[in-house]
Amino acid sequence: SSQVVWSMLGNRQFCSYKMTTKTQNFCRNEYNLTGLCNRSSCPLANSQYATVREEKGRCYLYMKTIERAAFPRRLWERVLLSKNYEKALEQIDENLIYWPRFLRHKCKQRFTKITQYLIRIRKLTLKRQRKLVPLRRKIERRENRREEKALIAAQLDNAIEKELLERLKQDTYGDIYNFPIHAFDKALQQQDAESESESDAEREEDDDEDVDKREFVEAEDSELSDFEDMDKLETSSEEEQEEEEEVEKKASHSKSKGKTPLKGPARRKRPYIEIEYEEETEPTTKTKAA
Amino acid sequence: AGDGSGAVAGDGTGPPAPERVLFPPTFSVSEIKNKQRRHFMFLRWKQQQRKEKLALKKKRRKEREALGDKAPPKAIPKTIENQRVYDETTVDPNDEEVTFDEATDEFAPYFNRQTVPKILITTSDRPRGRTVRFCEQLATVIPNSHVYYRRGLALKRIIPQCIARDFTDLIVINEDRKIPNGLVLSHLPDGPTAHFRMSSVRLRKEIKRKGKEPTEHVPEVILNNFTTRLGHSIGRMFAALFPHDPQFIGRQVATFHNQRDYIFFRFHRYIFKSEKKVGIQELGPRFTLKLRSLQKGTFDSKFGEYEWIHKRREMDTNRRKFHL
Repeated sequence: SSQVVWSMLGNRQFCSYKMTTKTQNFCRNEYNLTGLCNRSSCPLANSQYATVREEKGRCYLYMKTIERAAFPRRLWERVLLSKNYEKALEQIDENLIYWPRFLRHKCKQRFTKITQYLIRIRKLTLKRQRKLVPLRRKIERRENRREEKALIAAQLDNAIEKELLERLKQDTYGDIYNFPIHAFDKALQQQDAESESESDAEREEDDDEDVDKREFVEAEDSELSDFEDMDKLETSSEEEQEEEEEVEKKASHSKSKGKTPLKGPARRKRPYIEIEYEEETEPTTKTKAA
Repeated sequence: AGDGSGAVAGDGTGPPAPERVLFPPTFSVSEIKNKQRRHFMFLRWKQQQRKEKLALKKKRRKEREALGDKAPPKAIPKTIENQRVYDETTVDPNDEEVTFDEATDEFAPYFNRQTVPKILITTSDRPRGRTVRFCEQLATVIPNSHVYYRRGLALKRIIPQCIARDFTDLIVINEDRKIPNGLVLSHLPDGPTAHFRMSSVRLRKEIKRKGKEPTEHVPEVILNNFTTRLGHSIGRMFAALFPHDPQFIGRQVATFHNQRDYIFFRFHRYIFKSEKKVGIQELGPRFTLKLRSLQKGTFDSKFGEYEWIHKRREMDTNRRKFHL
C-alpha cells in the first residue's frame, strides 16, 4: 500500500506537503528525515520510518512501524536521546537495529546536524545580543517634524553671531581684534538709552531691545528701505521704534510674499513656516572667559 | 456661482441676521462637485480673505499712528518658547546649591584644569562608509580625539582599558542601515553616560557654501539655552569634550544649541568684519541630538542607575514642556 500511496501522492497527484522549485522537490512534512520529496524519504509513503527531531533543546527519535498504521494516535513512537553525543548515536543504533541502512544513516546525520546547531545557539546567547528596537512610524514622523520646527525657531546663524559679538564686547578675545571704537559707541548708546528712559519708564525695555534690534535691522534689510523710511518719518525716538517695527513688519511681509531677495550668504535659510519669534531677554549662555 | 463675501455685510453689532438668500443664490465653496472649479473658487476666496486681512491691518496701523502716544502696546505673539511650561529645575545663575554641586561633580577636575580631555571615538559593529567618514570628520572637529574600530568588542571591556590609557571621554556612534542614528557619550572615570538619538547628519561634502578643512586649532565652544539642571549637566558634558583654552587665532567655534529639547551641533569659522558685524562660514559636520537617557555611571545598560529617561507617554504629551 505504500507503493500505491507513493504512486498517487508523490509522483503524480497533489501532495500538500510537496513544494517544487526549479531544481528540486521539497517535503514540508515535519516528520520528514531529509526534507526532500523522495520515494525513500516520504513519511507517508513508507510504512516503516524514523526521524530525529528536537524540542526545547532535547533530541527525540521518532519511529513509525507498520503494525501501528491503523492507530494514528499511537503511530509515532518517541524515544528521548541522551545528551551525550556518542551514547545517543548508540541509542539510535540499538533502536533501529534491523532497519534499512538508509534510515539509520540519515537519522544519525540529522542528529549530528541538530546537535551542532544547538551548540551554536548556546554559544551565541553568551555573546552580545543585538537588541532590535522597532521604530514607530508615527513617532518618527512627529519627531522629525518637531526637529524641523525647532531648527527654524532656533535661527542658529543669528544666535551664533550674537553670541560671538557678545564675547567680543566682553573682551574675551583680548587684544587680537582692534575695534576700539565700539566701546565709545556702547557708552554713547547707553547714555542715550538712559536719557530716554528718564522720560518714559515703559520705554526702557523697548530701548534695550532697540539696541539689539537696531543691529538686526541693519544686517537684515537692504539699505534702501532704511533710507526711505528715514525720510518719511521724523527722527524722534518713539517714531524710530515704530519705524523699525514697521520696517521689520515690512521685511517680514515682503519676505513672506517673496519680493525682497535674500541678503548675504549667511541669510540663506528661508522659513516656510512663518513663526513670529520674540527673543528671550536673557538667554543663559556659557562664556568661556580666558 | 456667486462668492460668499456678499453675505458678510459688515455688521457684527446687531443680533445675527437670518441667512439672507441673495440673488443669485450663494454657494459655499465646498459644495461644488467639480474639483477644478472648486479649486478655482477656493483660490479666489483665499485671495479675498487675504485682501480683507491686509485692509484690516492697514486700518489698524492707521489707527495706531493716529493715536500716537496713547496707542496700546503691541501685542506680543505667542511662541512655543514664550508659552513654555515653567520647569522647576531651571537653573538660576546665582544659585549656590548649583554652583556647589558643579564644583564637586565629575566634571570638576576638568573645570579646574586638572585633566586634559582625550576622546575615543568608536562605532557599533561593522560600520558602513558614511559612519566611518562621519567619525573621521568628528575627529578633526574635536581636538585630541582618536578613532578606533570596534571589531566585536564588548563596551564593558573597552572601558577599563580606556581608563587605563588616560582617556577622559568615550563616544560611540550607533549605526542603523548605513546611517548613524545614535550617540553614546560617556565621561570615563565613572562619569555620567548620555544616550542620544542622532538625526540629520550632514557630512562636510554635503554642506553647501562650506569653507576649507577645519584646522588643528582648538575651537571655542558655545552652549545655548541649557536652562534646567539636566540641561546644565548635559552642557557641561559637551564642554568637557573640548580643551579648556581655545585658540582664538584659529577663529573656529563649535556650537551646541538647544531648542525645544533638540541639540543642534554646528562647526563654524568666524571673522569679525567690524565691531558689529561678524561673518560665519560653516565647516565641519553637523548633526542634531535628542537626549534619550542619562545614566549615572559609565555605560551599563542593565544595572546602571538612570538619572533621567525619556518616557514617551508622559513627556511627549505636552507640547509646551521641555526638559533640557
